[in-house]
Amino acid sequence: MRSLSKTYDKEVLSVEELILTKGCIYGVIGPSGAGKSTLLRIINMLTPQSGGEILYKGRPVPLNGPERLALQRNMALVFQKTLLFKDTVWNNISYGLKARGCKKQEIEKKVTSLLDQIGMSELANRRAETLSGGEAQRVAIARAVAFEPELLLLDEPTANLDPGNIELIEEMITKMARTKEITVVMVTHNVFQARRIANHVIFINQGKIVEMGPTEKIFTEPENESTRMFVEGKMVY
Amino acid sequence: MSRLYEGLMEAFRLILSFDPDLLTIVLLSLRISITAIIISTIFGVPLGALLGLKEEKKTRLFNKIIFTFMGMPPVVAGLIIFLILSRQGPFGALSLLYTPSAMVIAQVFLSSPIVIGLTMVGIRAKGGEIEETARSLGAGSALAAWTVVKESRFAILGAIITGFSRVVAEVGAVMIVGGNIEGHTRVMTTAIVLETRKGNFELAIGLGLILLMISFLVNSILYTIQRGGNKD
Repeated sequence: MRSLSKTYDKEVLSVEELILTKGCIYGVIGPSGAGKSTLLRIINMLTPQSGGEILYKGRPVPLNGPERLALQRNMALVFQKTLLFKDTVWNNISYGLKARGCKKQEIEKKVTSLLDQIGMSELANRRAETLSGGEAQRVAIARAVAFEPELLLLDEPTANLDPGNIELIEEMITKMARTKEITVVMVTHNVFQARRIANHVIFINQGKIVEMGPTEKIFTEPENESTRMFVEGKMVY
Repeated sequence: MSRLYEGLMEAFRLILSFDPDLLTIVLLSLRISITAIIISTIFGVPLGALLGLKEEKKTRLFNKIIFTFMGMPPVVAGLIIFLILSRQGPFGALSLLYTPSAMVIAQVFLSSPIVIGLTMVGIRAKGGEIEETARSLGAGSALAAWTVVKESRFAILGAIITGFSRVVAEVGAVMIVGGNIEGHTRVMTTAIVLETRKGNFELAIGLGLILLMISFLVNSILYTIQRGGNKD
């Protein structure tokens, strides 16, 4: 993305340039209201940008039409507040595959494999409404990766979960990024989580990317003082 | 007190013996109200869904109109339909006044705003989130809209049932456009009014009890549906 901005009553996001590399896991950190979720929504084309342009594999993203939908289908967003459809676990996971017109056999194969990966094979026919928070989040991530998107966007995927489920989900994310070469952009409040699983960290403050770079560099030798304060937990916001 | 007791006993006898007069009135009432609610559902649910999916600020005028019509007094609805269907009215040539069709039209007029309004409110409550989730998973506009409707099914069913319970119990509109003609346009509510005036409390109480039972059944279904919808 280049010279990208988003304005409501005032400017909430302004990005000079952001380039995402295939197969990397990006951890987006920053204080509340910094513009992290807005960034994900703009990338996923759910919120239109006010200015600037987004390029996908070097080509500008169209504002609407079938080409835009085709591009949107290369990515998936898991929201901070998990919303599973009032249906079975199986039907939730297969939603994106059905939306893409996949064949029944392919759907069965992929959903069975994913259920196995998230350790929920026996809950395939359970109603999503009856799942625990951790189970629901695992289903939400499985649903997002079922159609093997090139870009997976995660907004606080482990917020309000217990340590066991956090570990499980982090494992899921890293494994999927590694085996399927999915690029992951994960917004997190938890700087330790970003350090644990991200290859690159993007620090956003007051709507601007203050600093981005390899995870270890951001944590050990940040160039910006506010980045250092934030990763050391000294930033008051 | 004894009149009430005797009336109740006789009413139970009429109900349990499937009294033909009572049965005719009950069946006609149900036929008219069910037909009306089916018609209201056919166009009310899609219209409500469409409005619910649109941004609130773009539909403000529609919202105000629909909410006004939701609270319309049945006698006013009856009067409007009466004027439209009367000989000098725009549809007078159809000779529908004092027929069950006129009663269906009046009830559609009363129930549609309820179905549209409550569907719109139900969809608007979570529609945005559902639509975004569907889109984030690759759904096109049509599939995303269908997903919203499907996910809001409890609210929509609630809207339909509320619409039905409103029309099955109303008396003003059907009295004006139906005329309360025995064996032709006499329904439960109009019969209760007439029989009470005549002093035939047994039939009036019997019909009142059936109406109460229908209301209880409908509200039980609504309660169950809403409980199901609130589980998540």
